[in-house]
Amino acid sequence: MKVKLKIWRQKDSRSKGKFEIYELDNVAPDMSFLEMLDALNQKLIKEGKSPVAFDHDCREGICGSCGIYINGRPHGNDHRTTTCELRLRRFKDGETITIEPWRAAAFPVVKDLVVDRSAFDKIIQAGGYISVNAGAAQDANAIPVPKHNADVAFDTASCIGCGACVAACKNASAMLFVAAKITHLAQFPQGRVEAPERVKRMVAKMDELGFGSCTNTRACEAECPKGISISTIAKLNREFISAKLKD
Amino acid sequence: MMSKLDAKIPDGPLADKWTNHKAKLRLVNPANRRKLDIIVVGTGLAGASAASTLGELGYNVKVFCYQDSPRRAHSVAAQGGINAAKNYKNDNDSVYRLFYDMLKGGDFRAREANVYRAAEVSNLVIDHYTALGVPFARDYGGLIENRSFGGVQVSRTFYAKGQTGQQCLIGAYSALSRQIDKGTVTMYPRREMMDLVVIDGKARGIIARNLVTGEIERHSAHAVVLATGGYGTIYYLSTLALNSNGSAAWRAHKRGALFANPSFVQIHPTSIPVLNDHQCKLTLMSESLRNDGRVWVPKKKGDTRKPNEIPEEERDYYLERRYPAFGNLVPRDVASRAAKERCDAGYGVGPTGLSVYLDFRDAIQKKGRKYIEDSYGNLFEMYEKITGESPYEVPMRIYPAGHYTMGGLWVDYNLMTTIPGLYAIGEANFSDHGANRLGASSLMQTSGDGYFILPYTISDYLADDIRTPKIPTNTPEFDAAEKEVKERIDRLMSINGTETATSFHKRLGKIMWDYCGMVRNEEGLKKALGLLDELKEEFWKNLKVPDTANEMNQELEKANRIADFLELGKLLVYDALNRRESCGAHFREESQTETGEAKRDDQNFAYVAAWEFAGDGNEPILHKEELKFEYVKLQERSYK
Ligand SMILES: Cc1cc2nc3c(=O)[nH]c(=O)nc-3n(C[C@H](O)[C@H](O)[C@H](O)COP(=O)(O)OP(=O)(O)OC[C@H]3O[C@@H](n4cnc5c(N)ncnc54)[C@H](O)[C@@H]3O)c2cc1C
Ligand code: SF4
Ligand code: FES
Repeated sequence: MKVKLKIWRQKDSRSKGKFEIYELDNVAPDMSFLEMLDALNQKLIKEGKSPVAFDHDCREGICGSCGIYINGRPHGNDHRTTTCELRLRRFKDGETITIEPWRAAAFPVVKDLVVDRSAFDKIIQAGGYISVNAGAAQDANAIPVPKHNADVAFDTASCIGCGACVAACKNASAMLFVAAKITHLAQFPQGRVEAPERVKRMVAKMDELGFGSCTNTRACEAECPKGISISTIAKLNREFISAKLKD
Repeated sequence: MMSKLDAKIPDGPLADKWTNHKAKLRLVNPANRRKLDIIVVGTGLAGASAASTLGELGYNVKVFCYQDSPRRAHSVAAQGGINAAKNYKNDNDSVYRLFYDMLKGGDFRAREANVYRAAEVSNLVIDHYTALGVPFARDYGGLIENRSFGGVQVSRTFYAKGQTGQQCLIGAYSALSRQIDKGTVTMYPRREMMDLVVIDGKARGIIARNLVTGEIERHSAHAVVLATGGYGTIYYLSTLALNSNGSAAWRAHKRGALFANPSFVQIHPTSIPVLNDHQCKLTLMSESLRNDGRVWVPKKKGDTRKPNEIPEEERDYYLERRYPAFGNLVPRDVASRAAKERCDAGYGVGPTGLSVYLDFRDAIQKKGRKYIEDSYGNLFEMYEKITGESPYEVPMRIYPAGHYTMGGLWVDYNLMTTIPGLYAIGEANFSDHGANRLGASSLMQTSGDGYFILPYTISDYLADDIRTPKIPTNTPEFDAAEKEVKERIDRLMSINGTETATSFHKRLGKIMWDYCGMVRNEEGLKKALGLLDELKEEFWKNLKVPDTANEMNQELEKANRIADFLELGKLLVYDALNRRESCGAHFREESQTETGEAKRDDQNFAYVAAWEFAGDGNEPILHKEELKFEYVKLQERSYK
């Protein structure tokens, strides 16, 4: 099949970007979206042009590196799918596909489709952990954890930090990401002691880094490739209020 | 020829070696730790665990990775689980049994003392991850669940559905983040280590490239730790993350670190088969699937019926038939070769004939769909996304793929390479796994190395360095290393040929897979040497790298890594040629039993092959570390 690609090109963070159009024949329905970009890049290089820069690594939906706005949606049309998992069989022959980087003030463009998501790391550094030194833990079964809590922790810890939630949100809010982490850690007795500090610091960091506030549009949940539920945001709000009350 | 290799294995009974050794290792007092710089390259489970722990201890740590965030290191992709000898199931597991299974799984080509220690610290690893909030699967009583995994008869594998690697890495990354916040660890993401700097025979720093700006940077330290993972992507198609590479280890090798058992590569039996030729990777389907999935092919050659139309009596459950004791749970090398054997004989399924079925029909009938969903839900989803078929309805198709590298930099018991001050941990070293790794032992080993072994052993080395001031980066050694890096980049940029780095990678991968893959023979290996020389020559004549070196340039990144792979590939071949025996995942056709199983030769090959770099284009020099087995009897591995 054939596709027409309208791709955002931007040399670096200081340059102005613009869309370029490329045509690609001979793509196959079972190719992944990034394999299609690989093919485009091979072609561009051979023609003496600059290949399109994009982030990727695992190519199986788990590292969170990839993240592209496809036809106006983060990671494209498919439900619960990362860009690397998306297959061309989801597109029509001859279709024009618009490809852009995440757009959010807190995620500046580095080059082409690559953005800087280090703000997420800074939020985690502000308390997204349980403080325990290596070698200081007791036996893993010393504190039983109800299966339900372990399951909720698992579901929320499956956030891959891709940033689609931010990209999807009209306020560029990082609430879903932060809420996933808060909910994950809130499931364990070990994490309780520093919970008030954690939530206050993480929320403050998020605001400081230029993420917008949450106005409950639910776009994040709809676009999250890992199905993180916005019920986590309610949990975050509860944790936050209870932490504030303790002040 | 012994010379260079002193493994420094402590005396005393096996079970006491580590305890006794620890008691003798020297310490660095907390006030001095702050003055000591340590570089850690890599943020997988090995690197993140080492960096965070060294940070907790108060050392001044700099940590590097080429991803935009440490949370994305390749360890994130591990699916099945992590082992520990907790004996939570009361099924008579023990440190000794885990040790024994690993050694046997490694076909007796690993060091007893190291493997025992890895098993010994495994329990601490699980305790620590649990304390960090890693959500291991739990039962209704709130206790941790275990499953059996990869050819063992006890349930000792801890897991978080099919995302064990991600869940553990998020834990390790969060601990690392805590240290970054405290300022004990400085994180350098989007940096690639380009070379190692050796001063007066000691590792004292690295040259890195800033992958955003292209800037070449110098970083110095009192010691350097490589936690850079495996080199399985040498096959082009593999189960690894695409950017995984062997460059850091290879540069260290060229600077004097010996490379051990490079040809020991595990081929994983259950990956999604090659579907087409645009494919850039082969996605692994966790081996835990073999707990409930049954492997089969049609009894009739070239049977093109749909799998569900093939009646029971016309199916050949060949693993259950050939290996009644272990059935579908035979170790990976055995399962891989058995699949290849059936496909080569013409019984393979799918459009290419290069796959076999992994069928859940019976398990779904017996245990219910819910159980299968709970255990493997996300793996099934992944499979369906890629192939467009639901494994709940039709059997999966699987085939072996390059997966895990058991070779790596040679290290002694302290995890130090042959360059003083240079350590290698996790998959980047060779130490624990021998010829064929036992499933779920890698996460355990990488984490154990980083949390509980390296932090102790490195202090013994650093104790001599407490008076050494900060290592300056304006020395001739840094100048020279930086110059070499820049020249090489210039050279790559100026070839201006017609072929892309990827096209060379594909061709390299094919040579490696055909001649140094699942099975090897002398003739093929010799042929590969020539082919690799030719390819390397062509690479340096006809490569094309677009754009410039002073910007983000992903093609240049690839080119640099392929240049190293072309050389490392040859070392793999030399190593495979030298080892005229079959052991574990290394299967030399010349050395097999009458029934086609791997035939070891303990008389002549019970050694670690550690290779010394002898200059570009020269044959590497072999050093042998004899393996002594004092606590286990060398046994034939039989799974019948
Ligand atoms: C699909 C898959 C499934 C697996 N499942 C399991 C399992 O269930 N159980 C199990 O025990 N094992 C499993 N393994 C194996 C296991 O995941 C790996 O062996 C292990 O995670 C390796 O960890 P590591 O920390 O040594 O390296 P990695 O996690 O590979 O980390 C390497 C790090 O080094 C960095 N790096 C590399 N080179 C450079 C450089 N030149 N400059 C700067 N940084 C560099 C990278 O950025 C990265 O941070 C699996 C492997 C795969 C591929
Ligand atoms: S919450 Fe979902 S969309 Fe947001 S970073 Fe995590 S995985 Fe990505
Ligand atoms: S490349 Fe890892 S999630 Fe897409």
